[in-house]
Amino acid sequence: MVEMVTKPYAAAFEKHALANPDVLCLSADLTSSCEIDGFRDRHPERFLSMGMAEQNMMSFAGGLGLAGFRPFIHTFGVFMYRRPYDQLMASIAYPRRKVRLMAFLPGITTPGGMTHQSIEDISVMRSIPNMTILETGDATEVESICEAADSIDGPVYCRVLRGSVPRLFDSPIKVGQMRELASGDDVLVVTAGICTEEAMRANSVLSKTGVSVRHLHLHTIKPFDAKALLDHIASVKHGVITLENHVTEGGIGSLVAEAMADAGVGKRLVRLGLKDTYAHGGSRAYLMRYYGLDAIALVRGIEDLMGQKFNVSEQDLDVARVEAVHSLAKAEGL
Amino acid sequence: MQNKRQTVDVALGIRRRVFEHAIRNNGGYLSQACSAAEQLAWLYNEELNLGEPTLPMIPKPFEGVPSADNPDYHTGAGYNGPFEAQYDRLFIAPAHYALNAYATLIEVGRMAPEGLEMFNKDGSSVEMIGAEHSPGMEVHNGTLGIGLSTAAGLAWGRKQRGETGRTWVFMSDGEVQEGQTWEAVQACAHHGIDNVFAIMDVNDQQCDGTMSSVMEVGDIRAKFLAFGAACIEIDGHDLSAMRDAVKEPHAGKPLIILARTNPFHTMSILEERFPRLHYVRFKSEEERARMNISIAKDLGIDPIDYAH
Repeated sequence: MVEMVTKPYAAAFEKHALANPDVLCLSADLTSSCEIDGFRDRHPERFLSMGMAEQNMMSFAGGLGLAGFRPFIHTFGVFMYRRPYDQLMASIAYPRRKVRLMAFLPGITTPGGMTHQSIEDISVMRSIPNMTILETGDATEVESICEAADSIDGPVYCRVLRGSVPRLFDSPIKVGQMRELASGDDVLVVTAGICTEEAMRANSVLSKTGVSVRHLHLHTIKPFDAKALLDHIASVKHGVITLENHVTEGGIGSLVAEAMADAGVGKRLVRLGLKDTYAHGGSRAYLMRYYGLDAIALVRGIEDLMGQKFNVSEQDLDVARVEAVHSLAKAEGL
Repeated sequence: MQNKRQTVDVALGIRRRVFEHAIRNNGGYLSQACSAAEQLAWLYNEELNLGEPTLPMIPKPFEGVPSADNPDYHTGAGYNGPFEAQYDRLFIAPAHYALNAYATLIEVGRMAPEGLEMFNKDGSSVEMIGAEHSPGMEVHNGTLGIGLSTAAGLAWGRKQRGETGRTWVFMSDGEVQEGQTWEAVQACAHHGIDNVFAIMDVNDQQCDGTMSSVMEVGDIRAKFLAFGAACIEIDGHDLSAMRDAVKEPHAGKPLIILARTNPFHTMSILEERFPRLHYVRFKSEEERARMNISIAKDLGIDPIDYAH
């Protein structure tokens, strides 16, 4: 059974900040929601409360960058770019300030509905020159996100998971690399964030039906190594399927499509995610089911891609568990 | 490198250069020279503590935007001297004042007059809307309202590092229509950022016309005070008033000097164009010739021979 880790970000940020005196902690009135309340209480001299004023926060962080600091901005993903997009561009992205945008509640991981769900953030960030994008999919990646982000010479947008987070991997984020979680040769599944666990569950059931899945997990979305992806695509028979906690335009589905088109790859691509729609408020499990971001949606997508039915039910997937990380060590080592 | 000349002479020099440029190019940000010349002259000639310029007197051409592939990129801040703990920094928040800022750099000996000839020419770094890489600029401010926030962050950081230099912002009154300006002031007050100084050209003009006709902003000084700044209102053409204003105690608060100005000060004929003064493009050769004669007389020089 998979290990669940409670608030991995809180300890990871504190450890990283204490080891790096130029790291500052900024918050826009979402301090406990972003798991930095303990840091605020223990290290008030390193914490800047910026209030509900994101436009100022972005330009202020740019100024801190000019003074040689590396501010970690904490708020929900949506508040990182929708209102203060102009400031993000002019004060952070253009001048390549070392500002780390720690974006919590990515996609539909919040019941807050449209105003709280950053469903197009990756699309926006991918189109910003100088921006790096990282996304966490498990507790180990959350634990290593601060160090990974802080290694970048420029601004970084990070989709961060909070609360109770499963541990799927046993090695930290290595920026620019992708994780190969299964090495089959029928279809290539590409996932990121919370969708990776769904895919792992689907794969554990599909493997019993004789489908051979190759599975890649992306934590580095920009910059992206298209060559490694193309090598994986070349080694599967039927095509590629992407599953993302994001609209299917501009995210990893688009990323894979662009790589395939640029290289003239003549294989099919099925992109799963939010299909040109907003979501609404609800639990994560409900929303993933309703909008087709879960394991059963992936199974149906693979059926579409391969032109066959695998007789897998939602019940089969519900009972399928992702095993504890140590049993995955071998898969990762492949 | 201060006080080689009287500040009043620097202000007149700024106006003459901007006037000549506008006449030769059939238009320009002329009214801003009327309103802001004393402020820019005072900052550069008296008030700012700046080191010697670190960039060539004749600006280099555009050398690319910031990117991982452009390791030699640098901003235009070197015209204000090196980044050292004791020196002041200046942001020109309304970047369309760039023509006036460049003219100021020339008048105080920080840029060669040839720099202004590169203004708004393709491939030049001396851009119409001051960019980060333009002479005297350190950040992009073409989007109005972000300058004070950036200065606040820099100032907070410099204070943490024990630097004594101040962070100055030249602002325009139109920026008070932007919510971000007020976010910045409240953040300065909340965090006690008192090493930020701003002087604002309150000329009551914006692109569409007078501010009161576009969006009434009311009593700006009362608003700044309410948001937690120290704020002094002066005649923006009175240099001694500026000298006194900066002495205002403001412990724990940013100091904002509101310089009330006249948008056709020293160029009286521009009143004909009121209330559209944001960018004066001559409507006809007749108007251009008439304004050339009138303004040249006001500024004590011969009319510009712009046919050659």
